[in-house]
Amino acid sequence: MKFTCLSKGGGFHFPPCHVLNVCGFRILFDCPLDLSALTIFSPVPTGYRAVVDEKDSDCQPYSTLDSDCVTWKRQKIGKPLDANDLICAVPWYKIVKYLHLWNVSFIDVVLISSPMGMLGLPFLTRIKGFSAKIYATEVTARLGQLMMEDLVSMHMEFRQFYGPEGSTFPRWMEEEELDLRPSALREVVLGKDGAELGGWMPLYSAADVKHCLQKVQTLRYAEEVCYNGKLVIKAFSSGLEIGTCNWSINGPKRDIAFISSSIFVPAHAMSFDYHALQGKDIVLYSDLSSLDTMEGIEDGYSFLTTDSFSTLSWEESAQSLLNTSEHLEEREKLYYLCSCAADSLKASGSVLIPINRLGTFIQLLEQISASLESSSLKVPIYVISSVAEELLAYTNVIPEWLCKERQEKLFSGEPLFAHVELIKDNKLHVFPTVHSPKLLINWQEPCIVFCPHWCLRLGPVVHLLHRWSGDPNSLLVLESGHDAQLALLPFQPMEMKVLQCSFLSGIKLPKILPLLNVLQPKITLLPEDLRQKVRFTNVNPFSVFHYSENKTLIIPSLKDSSELEIATDLAFQFQWRNLKHENMNITRLKGELHVAHGKHWLHSGNKPSKSNSSKSRPLLHWGTPDLETLLSILSKMGINASVEQGVGVEGSKKACIVHVHDPKKALIEIGDTGTVISAVDENLASLIFEAMDSILDGI
Amino acid sequence: MAIECLVLGAGQQVGKSCVVVSMNGKRIMFDCGMDMAYHDHRRHPDFSRISEYGDFDKALTCIVITHFHLDHIGALPYFTEVCGYRGPIYMTALAPSMLEDYRKVMVERRGEEEQFTSEHIVECMKKVIAVDVKQTVQVDKDLMIRAYYAGHVLGAAMFYTKVGDSAIVYTGDYNMTPDRHLGAAQIDRLQLDLLITESTYATTIRDSKYGREAEFLKAVHKCVLGGGKVLIPTFALGRAQELCILLEDYWERMNLKIPIYFSSGLTMQANMYYKMLISWTSQKVKETYSTRNAFDFKHVLNFDRSMISAPGPCVLFATPGWISGGFSLEVFKQWAPSEMNLITLPGYCAAGTIGHKLMSGKPSKIDLDKDTQLDVRCQIHQLSFSPHTDAKGIMDLVKFLSPKHVILVHGEKPKMATLKGRIYSELGIRCDDPANNETVCIPSTHHVEVGASNTFIRSSLNPNFNFSKMSSEDESDSRLKDGKFMPWLQVKDERAAEGILVEEKGKRAKIVHLDEFLLMLGEKKHDIRFAYCFPINTDNLEDTKSTDVSSSSNALSVSGRSSWLPMLYIKLSDELSGGNIQYFGEQIQVESFSVSLCLKDRCPYRIVDSPPNKCEAVFFCCAWSIADEKLAWKIISILENRNYGTL
Repeated sequence: MKFTCLSKGGGFHFPPCHVLNVCGFRILFDCPLDLSALTIFSPVPTGYRAVVDEKDSDCQPYSTLDSDCVTWKRQKIGKPLDANDLICAVPWYKIVKYLHLWNVSFIDVVLISSPMGMLGLPFLTRIKGFSAKIYATEVTARLGQLMMEDLVSMHMEFRQFYGPEGSTFPRWMEEEELDLRPSALREVVLGKDGAELGGWMPLYSAADVKHCLQKVQTLRYAEEVCYNGKLVIKAFSSGLEIGTCNWSINGPKRDIAFISSSIFVPAHAMSFDYHALQGKDIVLYSDLSSLDTMEGIEDGYSFLTTDSFSTLSWEESAQSLLNTSEHLEEREKLYYLCSCAADSLKASGSVLIPINRLGTFIQLLEQISASLESSSLKVPIYVISSVAEELLAYTNVIPEWLCKERQEKLFSGEPLFAHVELIKDNKLHVFPTVHSPKLLINWQEPCIVFCPHWCLRLGPVVHLLHRWSGDPNSLLVLESGHDAQLALLPFQPMEMKVLQCSFLSGIKLPKILPLLNVLQPKITLLPEDLRQKVRFTNVNPFSVFHYSENKTLIIPSLKDSSELEIATDLAFQFQWRNLKHENMNITRLKGELHVAHGKHWLHSGNKPSKSNSSKSRPLLHWGTPDLETLLSILSKMGINASVEQGVGVEGSKKACIVHVHDPKKALIEIGDTGTVISAVDENLASLIFEAMDSILDGI
Repeated sequence: MAIECLVLGAGQQVGKSCVVVSMNGKRIMFDCGMDMAYHDHRRHPDFSRISEYGDFDKALTCIVITHFHLDHIGALPYFTEVCGYRGPIYMTALAPSMLEDYRKVMVERRGEEEQFTSEHIVECMKKVIAVDVKQTVQVDKDLMIRAYYAGHVLGAAMFYTKVGDSAIVYTGDYNMTPDRHLGAAQIDRLQLDLLITESTYATTIRDSKYGREAEFLKAVHKCVLGGGKVLIPTFALGRAQELCILLEDYWERMNLKIPIYFSSGLTMQANMYYKMLISWTSQKVKETYSTRNAFDFKHVLNFDRSMISAPGPCVLFATPGWISGGFSLEVFKQWAPSEMNLITLPGYCAAGTIGHKLMSGKPSKIDLDKDTQLDVRCQIHQLSFSPHTDAKGIMDLVKFLSPKHVILVHGEKPKMATLKGRIYSELGIRCDDPANNETVCIPSTHHVEVGASNTFIRSSLNPNFNFSKMSSEDESDSRLKDGKFMPWLQVKDERAAEGILVEEKGKRAKIVHLDEFLLMLGEKKHDIRFAYCFPINTDNLEDTKSTDVSSSSNALSVSGRSSWLPMLYIKLSDELSGGNIQYFGEQIQVESFSVSLCLKDRCPYRIVDSPPNKCEAVFFCCAWSIADEKLAWKIISILENRNYGTL
């Protein structure tokens, strides 16, 4: 078994990506996009902004690269970034950095754990020769589809602005062009080692998305699928989002659990089903969220740091996994967010929330509307996105994917989420775009707007930021963990308040060890970065391997044999032989081997077996024959023989020859490694064979 | 080991489904239904047959409920709360919520003392573990269950159950054709020892539903045009939604303004379940949920008791179905005497109910109880809108799953017997239709579990090509078989798994490859072979040869010697049919048997006495191993025949 981590990813929106070789199959885990890289592009100038820009006149998107400009830009390389350094072009998108180095036609299975892990998938499925089977849960596939469709439709705005893309390499990717860019920007394009340039792709089309979805086989939680007879694959709830999952892969030789970012007690999705992953041979631990929270967040803008990072206590019991402190903490954050929003609204500023995490979005909707109710603020809430209507409708028809509390609402006859009532009561308005006629009629400020995209380069958020960036009473809520300075660059000077907030997006560091203790694997794979953070005591019941990016880890096999099931009718045909020296029973067996459902099966097959007499005859012998015994057995059979010691026919001295004269002529030539029987007729030959058989071990 | 199947209910009848299956040490109860036709103890399955002393927790591993209809779940609260079963209960998510509603129906129906209270139901439902479609649930180490979509009603499932190597499917009620709001039953091709299937319509074969739908709409339309009232008695979930979607469509199309009512909050609430449980509905409903939810009925209004005698036409869906009591009976009493009105009965009605009486003939008077008689002058429309599969569907399912054995339940005795005969004669599958409280035993499957070495697995999966040539006689007629050109050489992949199963004391049995075996023992192979050197009379050979090769005169010339083997080869090819004979120049090989020219003066294997004219004999040396003993002697006899033969 081999495991290669292609990318550790970065945060909730960019999950890790790995390749696993098992049972001769190559499995790809997730295929995300690094959307944070979009921040190097300049957003589409809005009408309002364009006027302002014209005065500055040095940042026209179509401005040619004249020599003045070059020298001007050269000077800028060392200086801090400003809005003019951003690339004015139709953005390209960055896939996992080492994925493009692999031949995708050799991938057999793709397992998608979350909608975020699906965003790069159309890049694979449109490649000729890609033939892997793709598995994702029903909800992941649906939400992923909506996210991709939204991406495509938001991207259209760029296409309309810059005109259709040429098929050639874009200008900004050329080496001379890149050399002129500030180093921070260049690093985003090229990566630290310059290897990432190949990961940039022009965005897929709506048709590519559709085509991609057709190739995805959707699953329910705990539904069994069998790939190629050998791998039994099951998805189990991970709790991160609605429909996200961890994987259990059972093969004939080992059982594997793949753990993506998971939340034990989520507020909306079904909780992390770790019981189903218990007792596997190998745990591939791929929840790298604890790494993100450790990396220093630039909190220049944030006046709220919500990272609580408790000291690690190693003796935590397995029970601690389910404590609700995380849950309460998350609620606290939402409460705080709501109170900040209310403050802004009271100062007649608007609140802009470009948060695309479905769970957070839905809960915020409920919280904010409740807090508006309690503080009797009559402020409209808008959701602006091309897929918002469908998304909200969809969340209300998937009760079986939600947490217990939500499911109970179903049985008491309430809607699963509050947004149904909000829409009905005209408190929540859903529009596809900022320029929808209905929106223009309905629009009121101050208001609360939920809209994509969190990278602040795409979608309605760009227009609204341009509109409100100068208003010190308005509030922008950002998810922390990204480079907020870079993200806000095109909107400077920002008068608007910015609230950066981090949300729980995986297993917290102190819970890793208790979880592994509960799961009881024989081998655990952890990221190298956790080596120092998660220390194992010597009495570990399992061995630990550490993986790092783009290094292949070879995992030794645990068993030297596979499981095999023998059909009863075949088992009844066995003719057991007892070995003389060892305490051992042996039998020959012959049948047809089938591989189905992760197991090997041996059936008796359709062919009628050969006649029984020949079957009972051992075909393989070992040991050294004893001449005395042979002669006595022969004489018991009525065969008289005499031994001629000495030189053998082919000069081999050890061979001895036994001559038989009575009842008929025969010769037995016994050598070191073999015996040759030569007799005048079939019966005598077979009698002598039986005699030989009885003095040797055979099967 | 056998699978024991004890039928506690729905054996040769429709009502109180309950089957207890014992396999490999596990005991599972499928459904726990109530018989609506009885009021005494007979309405419940005879639980004492499961455990004489009432220790049900020990006697049963778990209970599996297929859907929430009373004849499948009705006795469950009685069993858990009164009989005291406390083990696990599995059902799909929707079933629990509906039982309380049913209890109300039951109480309304007779007003008699309750067998179980609503607290009982609440307690009972706490024990329920919800199962999703296709979810594989490991009940314990050995027992696995999985639900498949059954299409009969919202949340109806068929259950696949596996213990060790034995597996069965219990269908509950199912529908093999999709209707407006539900999909058709779906199941994987499984390896089954037993299929327990419902057989409500064991002999009926239904035609297309479009005709029936049109007929229904025509009858309703005619009635409301004439100012009449239409009563459709249904249960809360199922036909009510199906017919309502149909009516909505029609009302829209025909631009009708006549009100459609739902009798109680129950049905309105049921519609809400439908809206949220889209994943249980048909493909078409699923696809349109975001634009327009098919269960958001525009024309449907709530009905009030006071409206029963209000004038004007209307359509009313009233619970319960079968007009077994409650509100539908109340309305029936009021509306039945008028000729203008219409009563539409969708599907099956249980024996003993008014619905059943109306369906079996057209009575003009109906006895409500001992003293009251009711004149029935209204029109009666029977609708075959049952969400049960027809006979063709049952046969299709049985054929698709091809189990080793079939048991029929939930049907009428004579019809079941007919279907049983068909299953045996057409599909060759053994089939039973036990009566209540009978037990059927069928054999179960077992496998022996061993380890297998990698070399063995790899060698068994390697293709083993077998090349065989067409023999010359077949050539002329079979090479151009069916206009297709058959090749000279045929290649077959005859891969076979061959190995040695080793059982050591204290270790688990393991299969190894032959080559590994001796390594494992640390022993050296001792090869036993046979050898035989025999003369062939060169005179005869000379005869044949001279006809072929005229130039040669010296019998022992090199060219002469080399031509003998090919001649043997031709001879063998002629006389040995089916063998894979190969000629390598120096020797001829058939399986392990090889023959070559013996040039030695004194070959040790020349056991046979030489013919007198020694100089004219040519010797051939053969060798083979024990596996081809029979073949070897056969070839030798063919070759020796040549010696004394007729040539």
